[in-house]
This record gives sequence, structure tokens and C-alpha cells, in this order.
Amino acid sequence: METVPLHYYLILAAILFSISVMGIFLNRKNVVILLMCIELMLLAVNINFVAFSNYLGDLSGQVFVFFILTVAAAEAAIGLAILIVLFRNRQTINVEELDALKG
Amino acid sequence: MNTMNLSLALPEIFVAFMACLILVVDLFLSTRQRIFIYFLAQVTLIGAAVLTVQGMTSNSVTVFSGMFIHDAMSDILKLAIYLIVFIVFAYSRDYIRERNMFRGEFFVLALFAMTGMMVMISAAHLLSLYMGLELLSLCLYAMVALQRDSGKATEAAMKYFVLGAIASGLLLYGMSMLYGVTGDLSIVAVKQKIATMSPDDIILIFGLVFIVAALAFKLGVVPFHMWVPDVYHGAPTAVALFVSTAPKVAGFAIFMRLLVGGLIDMSPSWQDMLIVLAILSMGIGNLVAIAQTNIKRMLAYSGIAHMGFFLLGILSVSKTGYTASMFYILVYAFMTLGAFGMVILMSRHGFEAENIEDFKGLNQRNSWYALLMLLLMISMAGVPPTLGFYAKLMVIQSVIDTGMVWLAVVSVLFAVIGAFYYLRIIKLMYFDDAKDHSPIHASMDMRILISFNALILIAGVLYKPFIDSFVGICKVAIAGLS
Repeated sequence: METVPLHYYLILAAILFSISVMGIFLNRKNVVILLMCIELMLLAVNINFVAFSNYLGDLSGQVFVFFILTVAAAEAAIGLAILIVLFRNRQTINVEELDALKG
Repeated sequence: MNTMNLSLALPEIFVAFMACLILVVDLFLSTRQRIFIYFLAQVTLIGAAVLTVQGMTSNSVTVFSGMFIHDAMSDILKLAIYLIVFIVFAYSRDYIRERNMFRGEFFVLALFAMTGMMVMISAAHLLSLYMGLELLSLCLYAMVALQRDSGKATEAAMKYFVLGAIASGLLLYGMSMLYGVTGDLSIVAVKQKIATMSPDDIILIFGLVFIVAALAFKLGVVPFHMWVPDVYHGAPTAVALFVSTAPKVAGFAIFMRLLVGGLIDMSPSWQDMLIVLAILSMGIGNLVAIAQTNIKRMLAYSGIAHMGFFLLGILSVSKTGYTASMFYILVYAFMTLGAFGMVILMSRHGFEAENIEDFKGLNQRNSWYALLMLLLMISMAGVPPTLGFYAKLMVIQSVIDTGMVWLAVVSVLFAVIGAFYYLRIIKLMYFDDAKDHSPIHASMDMRILISFNALILIAGVLYKPFIDSFVGICKVAIAGLS
């Protein structure tokens, strides 16, 4: 059976990573989309680690992925918690309206 | 080599256990008894310091299957962090009580963040480095949002969270590239693998760019500094005090472990990147700070400029340079502690001394505090004979030793520009009339600590061996690195 070569995975991960970075910087509407982009960014990295781990025949990369997934869950929990207090104070989650601090 | 020797990680285990204990004890206390939490947190720091001193060794030992390293630098930086956090708690106590934030969460989050910093300082593996960094960052995001009815604080927390998460993503992407090229996650193994490869390997440099960008984000270096002023401005001053001091010391450790410890063979590449970052930080930090009217924002930009000077030592790629950087970051932490401590001191119930104008005529209101602020400001500006001057002198010396005289000239020019906004505060304190004549109240321990904090900056004048032993400690820490 023919296997998918390593660089296919790396290119996929790079594309996902770029989409998430662009999403964070271009998005001017909604903070929830920012949180989704952050998750996507971590998942793109996970693809990289798993692909390398399989290619190198070394398991430590896959163990790292478990830790990243756990941290991503904790990160999402904190992000959503901050989002809720933000909405309570501002009644908006529009990125453009978060401009009280500048200078 | 014993791979599961728990005793070497005893301080970390102790701090994590005590943080959990405080979390539980807090549930059983009424508001009036809550001061007990404060004492428990301070006892934790003292206990951790005792454990660290007892476990001190001069040789470096790696335990937990190469995850955790215990050497002179880790001991010294941990002790410095305990002292910084101790002072942060002492300064914050009355401030957070007046603002209805005196809850167990503040101390628990700070202690967990400290555990994260300790893990980072002792990291010998990319996994432990990442876990320490995330433990620190996640606690800091929550601490910034601790004043949950404040729109400013929650906005600052959101910005910090998003930018911090991008930085973590960049760091992980860089680490995945390193892993792909070297096939290992242990920092020592990565170093050995890179030594056998060409330093111009394109994938290695690709990964390095991501790692340097992520570290710059976490440290708040231009052009990755956008979060720093917003967080310092929006967060409660007690939290800004914490965010601006202890994590910077841990940031020094991450530079030493990752760039110097693991990627030293790629130093020509990261040296160029750090030169650009350092010049931009010193320039933009000092120039934008002039335009600020809010003292917390001004201190944020001043911090960005200081990070530029701090990088000068690292980018010298020599032991004297690393020693200079370590000295710089410790002095910076104490100066910032004092400066934010003064902001806390000037604030009172229902009033935040956030504007530079609030320092007007401080000399008429209380000449002792004005003198302390004067010492802090001239030390930040780098006027001799303060510690701030010696710190700047050492980093610039190390840059000259590596033959980059032009960089030394540029940094001195920016230091001169930076002196303007520090001197402006002194002018406001001594030559302007006070608008607000209300007396400044502070508890006894706060008054003693802040006096000690500011006076130590000129201790070198009164007692020369103090500076020599301070520099000596930094030298011992750096000499212990392999």
C-alpha cells in the first residue's frame, strides 16, 4: 500500500497554521472566532508532531501531542471564562469595540 | 544517575501542594479571617526558600528521565523569584483588600504561576519547558481578569490571552520543526544533534524564527510588545506588579535554557535576530514612553526598553554577556517592584494614582517617599552610582567586548532619550505644586519594604562589596551551565 509522504502532512499543517494566524489578524468581528483560530493553531502543530513522530519512528512526539491537547482544553476554558466576564462588562464581543485601552 | 529522585524537585512539589492547600483552606474562612491566607502564602515562599537552600548543589544534575535540571542557575533564580513574589504579596495586601479582591484566588493563582516559573527555570526538555510556560501564562491571564467587574481589566485579559496564545502556538510550531530535524525533544540531545549538522540548515532556521518570535512575545519585545502596555494599564496595579517582575526573570531562564543551552550552535542566526529586536525595543520603548500620561503605561514602555537592554547581554553570546543579562534582569525586577510599589502606595480606596500628574508635588506631601521615587527613577534611567547604572554598564561592556561598538553607541543614545521621561517624574515631584494634599497611608511592613527596595539600589555607593557579591552570584550561576 502506498503511504502518504511526510511533506504532504507538513504542507497541510502549514496551511492550517497560516489560516489560523490570518484569522486572528484579519478578523474584526467576533472574539469567539479568535478562540477558534487559536484552537486551530494548536491542532495544526499537532499534525506536525504526529507526522514527524511517525516518520522518525519515535513516540515522544505523540506524547507531546497529548500534553498539547490537554493544555489546549485548559486554554479554551480560561479563554471562554474571560469572554463571559468581558461580555458582562461590555455587552459586546466585537473585536473592534475593544478599544478602551490605547496609547 | 537516579531518574526518579523526588528530593531535587522538592521546592516545586511543596509550592504546588501548598497552593492546593490554600485553595481548600480558603473555603473555610470568613472574610475577617482571610488574612490567614496571606500569612500561609508568605510561609509557603519562606518554606520553598528553605528547601531550595537545603538542596543547593554546585554541580548540575538531571532527573525525571532528562526532564528536569537542577544546577546553580536554577537555585539562584528560584530564590530570586521567591523574594520577588514575597515583596509582591506584601505590597499588594492592602491594595487588593480595599478593592474587594482579597480572596484566596489571588494568592493561589500567583503560587501556581510561580510553580510554572520554577518548572521553566529547571526545564531540560521541550515538554517541561512548554508545560511550565503554559502554567505560568494561564495563571497570569486569570489574574489579569481578577477584577471581574472592571471593563478595562477584562479587556486587557482578553488581549493578553489572545496574544499569549499566539505566542504559545508559535513556540510549539518552532519546537515541532526542531523535533522533526533532530528527532529528539530533550534539549541536550537537540544540542548534540545540531552540532553534527550545518547551522545553515533551512528547516532549523525556520524553526528558530518561530521560537525567537515566541520568546520575544512572552518577554514583550518590539515588534511583539502590543500586549504589554494594555495589560499593565488595564490590570489591577497589584497584578501588573506581579506580571512585570517575576515572569521576566523566568523569561531570562527560558532564553538561557533554549537559545543558549540548546541552540548555541545556531548563535550566528539568533544573534542577528536579537540585534534587530533589541534596537527596536530600546528605540520604540523609550520614544513612545515619552508620550505617555498614564504612569502604568509609561512603566510598560520603559519595561519594553529595558528588555531591549537585557537582550544586549544575551546577544553577546559570551559568559560575561549572560552574566550581565542576569544581573540586568534581577536589577530590573527590583526597580519595577519599587516603581509599581510607589503607584500602589499613592493609591487609596476609590482612587488609583494612575496618572503622572498624581505625582505632582510629592515632595510637599511626603519628602521621604519623594526621595525613594527619585532613587527608583534615576536607577531606571541608569544614572551612576545606582544599580541601574551598573546593569547598563555591564550589558554595554559585553557588547563592546564582542566588537559591536556601533550597537553600544546606539544603546547609549537611546538610554539618553529614555532619561527624559524619568527626569520628568522627578521634576513633577520636586518643582510642581501638589493639587492633592491628602496624606499617604501605608502599613508598617509596606513602608519598611519599599524603603529597603529603593535604598538597595544605591547600596553599592555605601558598601562596594555588595555589588561585587551580587555580580559574583550571577557569575556562579552562569559558570554552572554546561
